Amino acid sequence: MFIRCFLFLLFFAAGHAHAFTPAEAKAMATGETDARIEALNKAVASADDQTAAFLQALIDDSVKVAGDKVFVVKGDKAFDPVTGAQTPLPADAEDVINNNRMRGELDTAMAALKLFSKDEKERAAAVKLLRTETDEARLPLIEKAYAAESNAQIKEQLGLVRAAVLLGSSDKGKRMDAAKLLSQSNSGGTKLLLIERLKVETEPDVKATLEASLRTVEASLAWGDKLGAVFSGISLGSILLLVALGLAITYGLMGVINMAHGELMMIGAYATYVVQGIFQKYLPGAFDWYLLAAVPAAFLASALMGAILERSVIRFLYGRPLETLLATWGISLMLQQLVRSTFGAQNVGVENPSWMSGGIVVLGNLQLPWNRIIIIGFAFAVLLGMGFLIGRTRLGLFVRGVTQNRPIASCMGVNTARIDTYAFALGSGIAGLAGCALSQIGNVGPDLGQGYIVDSFMVVVLGGVGQLAGTVYAALGLGVLNKFLEGWTGAVLAKIAVLVLIIVFIQKRPQGIFAVKGRSAEA
Amino acid sequence: MLSGRGWTAFVVALIVVCAVAPLLNLYVPQGNALHMSDYAVALVGKIMCYAICALAMDLIWGYTGILSLGHGLFFALGGYAMGMYLMRQIGTDGQYHSHLPDFMVFLDWKALPWHWTFSGSFAATLFLVVAVPAAVAFVFGFFAFRSRIKGVYFSIITQALTYAAMLLFFRNETGFGGNNGFTDFKRILDIPMQTPAMRMVLFVLTGVTLLAFYLFGRWLVASKFGRVLQAIRDAESRVMFSGYNPIGYKLTIWTISAVMCGVAGALYVPQVGIINPSEMSPANSIEIAIWAAVGGRGTLIGPILGAFIVNGAKSWLTVTAPEFWLYFLGALFIAVTLFLPQGVVGLVRKLRGSKA
Repeated sequence: MFIRCFLFLLFFAAGHAHAFTPAEAKAMATGETDARIEALNKAVASADDQTAAFLQALIDDSVKVAGDKVFVVKGDKAFDPVTGAQTPLPADAEDVINNNRMRGELDTAMAALKLFSKDEKERAAAVKLLRTETDEARLPLIEKAYAAESNAQIKEQLGLVRAAVLLGSSDKGKRMDAAKLLSQSNSGGTKLLLIERLKVETEPDVKATLEASLRTVEASLAWGDKLGAVFSGISLGSILLLVALGLAITYGLMGVINMAHGELMMIGAYATYVVQGIFQKYLPGAFDWYLLAAVPAAFLASALMGAILERSVIRFLYGRPLETLLATWGISLMLQQLVRSTFGAQNVGVENPSWMSGGIVVLGNLQLPWNRIIIIGFAFAVLLGMGFLIGRTRLGLFVRGVTQNRPIASCMGVNTARIDTYAFALGSGIAGLAGCALSQIGNVGPDLGQGYIVDSFMVVVLGGVGQLAGTVYAALGLGVLNKFLEGWTGAVLAKIAVLVLIIVFIQKRPQGIFAVKGRSAEA
Repeated sequence: MLSGRGWTAFVVALIVVCAVAPLLNLYVPQGNALHMSDYAVALVGKIMCYAICALAMDLIWGYTGILSLGHGLFFALGGYAMGMYLMRQIGTDGQYHSHLPDFMVFLDWKALPWHWTFSGSFAATLFLVVAVPAAVAFVFGFFAFRSRIKGVYFSIITQALTYAAMLLFFRNETGFGGNNGFTDFKRILDIPMQTPAMRMVLFVLTGVTLLAFYLFGRWLVASKFGRVLQAIRDAESRVMFSGYNPIGYKLTIWTISAVMCGVAGALYVPQVGIINPSEMSPANSIEIAIWAAVGGRGTLIGPILGAFIVNGAKSWLTVTAPEFWLYFLGALFIAVTLFLPQGVVGLVRKLRGSKA
């Protein structure tokens, strides 16, 4: 791993060929931090493979010093950093300690070297790391990389890095060019850089260019912020939707105030955790695909638990919503304790499969993470599936029939008790799916459900009980509203504001967004 | 108001609270079988505060049919009002020897925030203990009842209310001590609090308040006002068609109930020595409902019994088998709703009826 990294590094042009010397190695490894950084920067400007390997060794904390000699330690063997030959390690060799500042310098130096990697991804990552670098000593290296870069996108980014470094140049023309060029950037780092430079800039025309660039960058950043808020709002909304969809069945259709809904989600999340464990143990090669197996497992685990609850407790309480509230609250306490006794009171770790990590970069300051995107897609897939099941299938027909008029449905030969069980199990299973999704973005622990229960009831109440479309609008609306308020007031106050707004909204429309029209005096 | 036997039981309870318990705690030597330990005094004192909450819950739920899942908020508001006074009473004896409460020094505040203005005065505190829960309940109830939110909707919105308040009180900048709330109290009315005599005074005060609220409740439910409440519980639309406007009745009992919880909170804080935002967690408010349900809704003695049964079991179980407590509480919720809709009092009545 250690050496392989550097096979990517190009060998430097002959004019720069400059052998790595023991003196350089020593200067980088010992002495005051300032002196070490100076030596480091000097070495990097004309680095060869050995220098890179040595830097990596410094980063990995595997360099030792004894007297004048520096050693790279691998396992229980020591090597000379310059020749690469194995040498005996003196007993009095001491570890080289890097403080945080030194570590930062080592990392950027490493990134600068990686600009010459053959792997495009590594080059792109290196450019990203160097984006806030302004050290002029790095300029020759960046210039060279810029000239050698073949990928247009990376070259553009590299140009911005180059401009950022040039911004500190003593040549007015270069500064001017850099200031112009930087207006294309849309990262928060560039904004800071421009502001910093504006403070010290004395030339009026450069100053004007800087200001113009700053305005452009700020405008593009503002777009990123806005789009980011919309995206995270939709993301939050899709989670609320997943959580509330199950409730839309158990509460909206069946009239059961299921306070254990959050715990059914928790069961789904723990089912995901168990499936992950099984894959880790028996199918480590297919680990990336464990989530595909976890989705049905989470659904079935929660649906089974839901069926058991319906048969044992809830069926005795139909038509008495307040009683179902208390009984299911009791169930939720017991399920929490059950999970605590089985899996421990601590949170358990659920990993993202590799295809869910990373994201799409849309703007400099806006990256859409894959796991969020996938969850949004998943939420809508579940919504469609549920809409199909309720609206188009025989089971759905029976569920609607039983909720509308139980005695007539029963007269028509529908086994109403069994339909109740199926419907409750379906709602619970969807809660399990929500839990599976939540396991990918948050903590999985015994109190996972508690954090969502108030929110999800709010969504159902706001949307109008028994209204699937209302649930969707309410979930997305609350999600986006919440995120926008968050940007303005902070997370907690946003949450409070949303709750207050819901209370006010219910004043105006006690039946939710989509009220069922009726003439009953009780309505 | 009470039957002959009822009055006898009431007087016995009053004597136990005001004379027997203090005597057993202060004057019977330790080691004697009759000695009431400080732990027992603290526990019973605490449960009596809870019993006041259960009683308040019963007036609004058992007699008016409105299930509140936010009574923990009123309890905490009363507690915080008292807690602010107690924080000021610490004076310069805190960690930082400042006139400001420790957490404010820690946050580098230079002066008391506006809502602490009256916290220095005991009289103002007594007023706030009643006025703050009453005001919050009145405003919330006014809007909720006016738009005829009821049943489950009302329950869920009260839950959201207490949840929102909890989030707010968890914040440091709202000036309520954030996560840690108030603690480390030293004295009340310039009298040190950590003495057996002061503990007994608080205990007796709580007991007398509980009994007074019980009598008040008896009077209230037997009055014409109370009978309208029960009519609203049983058939609200018929009450409206008979020419009554239920909003005023509901709002009144809702506010009274909140005030009772606030007073309970104010008595609870000096006895327990801490108040923090977790008192406003939705779980706590739901537990108040289970005390009332276990004892028996629609009877006044039931909720008091329920508070003692559940909390007695809690303090016993959390010591002997801590993992078992949530199973027990959960099973209790289920069993009471499935098998004991009238609670313990209903069970006793049934057993008596079958014997007779």
